[in-house]
Amino acid sequence: MTVQASVLFDTPGRRGRLRNHLITAVAALVLLAVLAWVVLKLKDKGQLNPDLWAPFFTADTWVNFIIPGLQGTLTAAVLGAVFALLFGSVFGIARLSDHRWVRIPAGAVVELFRAIPLLLLIFFIWYLSPNLFGGGDYALFAIVLGLTLYNGSVLAEVVRAGINAIPRGQSEAAYAIGLRKSGVMRLVLLPQGITTMMPAVVSQLVVLLKDTALGYFIVYVDLLNMGFKNLPSVYPGTKLVSAIVIGVIYIAMAMALSSFATWLEKRSRRSRKSSAKPLEPVPFVGVDGGGAP
Amino acid sequence: MDELIKYGPELAVGFLNNLKLSLVIAVFSLIVGTILAAMRVSPTPVLRAAGTAYVNVVRNTPLTLVLAFCYLGLSDTLGLIFSQEEPLTNSFWLAVLGMSAYTAAFVCESLRAGINTVPMGQAEAARAIGLTFFQSLRLIILPQATRSVIAPLGSVFIAMIKNTTVVAAAGYTVDVANVMKTTFDTTGVSIPIFLGIVAAFVALILPIGYFSGWLAKRMAVAR
Repeated sequence: MTVQASVLFDTPGRRGRLRNHLITAVAALVLLAVLAWVVLKLKDKGQLNPDLWAPFFTADTWVNFIIPGLQGTLTAAVLGAVFALLFGSVFGIARLSDHRWVRIPAGAVVELFRAIPLLLLIFFIWYLSPNLFGGGDYALFAIVLGLTLYNGSVLAEVVRAGINAIPRGQSEAAYAIGLRKSGVMRLVLLPQGITTMMPAVVSQLVVLLKDTALGYFIVYVDLLNMGFKNLPSVYPGTKLVSAIVIGVIYIAMAMALSSFATWLEKRSRRSRKSSAKPLEPVPFVGVDGGGAP
Repeated sequence: MDELIKYGPELAVGFLNNLKLSLVIAVFSLIVGTILAAMRVSPTPVLRAAGTAYVNVVRNTPLTLVLAFCYLGLSDTLGLIFSQEEPLTNSFWLAVLGMSAYTAAFVCESLRAGINTVPMGQAEAARAIGLTFFQSLRLIILPQATRSVIAPLGSVFIAMIKNTTVVAAAGYTVDVANVMKTTFDTTGVSIPIFLGIVAAFVALILPIGYFSGWLAKRMAVAR
């Protein structure tokens, strides 16, 4: 258990190691005490009963609730991701345009949708759609459009930052060999920019995946509604257990995507295909900061 | 326009509820986030592991699930009740609990990233001139770390303010999103009402974004 020197701590000497061991022991005791308290509390409320887990060992639960819910969540996430990526690339490049009449409206759209709380946007689309297109079920439509507008705007900023991070010399050299504007973008800036922005893009897709849970509010058939509302109403008393099960599924999906982002970041740091450093992933999950340019 | 004027007062009350929530959550998440960050950079493996586990679990769970878990799991099933008489007070504090727990994970990550931006040489130089742990923390590391933390922390709080619209999942049904939903249910969808609420959020968020951006630029450490 050697502790490496960090910005905060030097490599500990003999006394330092002793102190660290002491803190470790105390911390472990405190954590164990907290754990024991939680277990006692659970036992108190009868939540440790193994029968509560029984529903999750029957095929019906998975076939009727969790798999349809998962399908709903993944449908919304995949559609949202595809459209958000399209929206993001179009508006990100539009913001870099040389023409003011393209750049300014694109900037306004991106800044606006980044600042609107996503749930308000989804509610609004959900209530507005039947008035525009007649009756029907607009839950999926509202979620996908909301996710597209919001995450697409964030991705537009990522695209813009990714292309701006490429050294000026690259585009200057491209112009010097006689490429046009579209050629510079298509042949020189975008290929390098994509490598740079990939980690940030993937971590925004994790946000998008988590935001599909907002379907809870507009009764969309997603993992949260099926697993946390419908399932416990069929098997009474399983609220806590089903929260744990669907929580684990959400966390596994998000962490798989996150570790893909980390892997991409490592790879693009190694590769010499791009002359720009990889962008920092947008670190704020849920809804990121709007406004600040 | 008429609907916005007619329902204006109710919507304003809802928006004030969001503001109230934001202020309380900001305080709690800053405290918990700082403790978590201290755990994650401590020389004690147990604390580091506990902090990492917490951040990874909470950060990868949808906020809606966290809040619904506080409401249906902690309160309904395990009997965590803040107020017996007032269900709204109870759900207010449940929302604060869930959202603080969630936001704290992000506060922790920004603080940790801030500490990591301080170059190793700074700490080594501080030790070389004989500063103790607390002296080097107070005089060398924290002043530099705080500066690089301002902008990310500003974004975390902006996100938190926008996230307060989700608190209906914790049973706190008097926030502006739910008031908007109720008005849409009674009078049908209204574009002025939506735009009015959006304007209120933009008016709240833009200054925070610009201020934290300005402050971060002003205080930036020249390296």
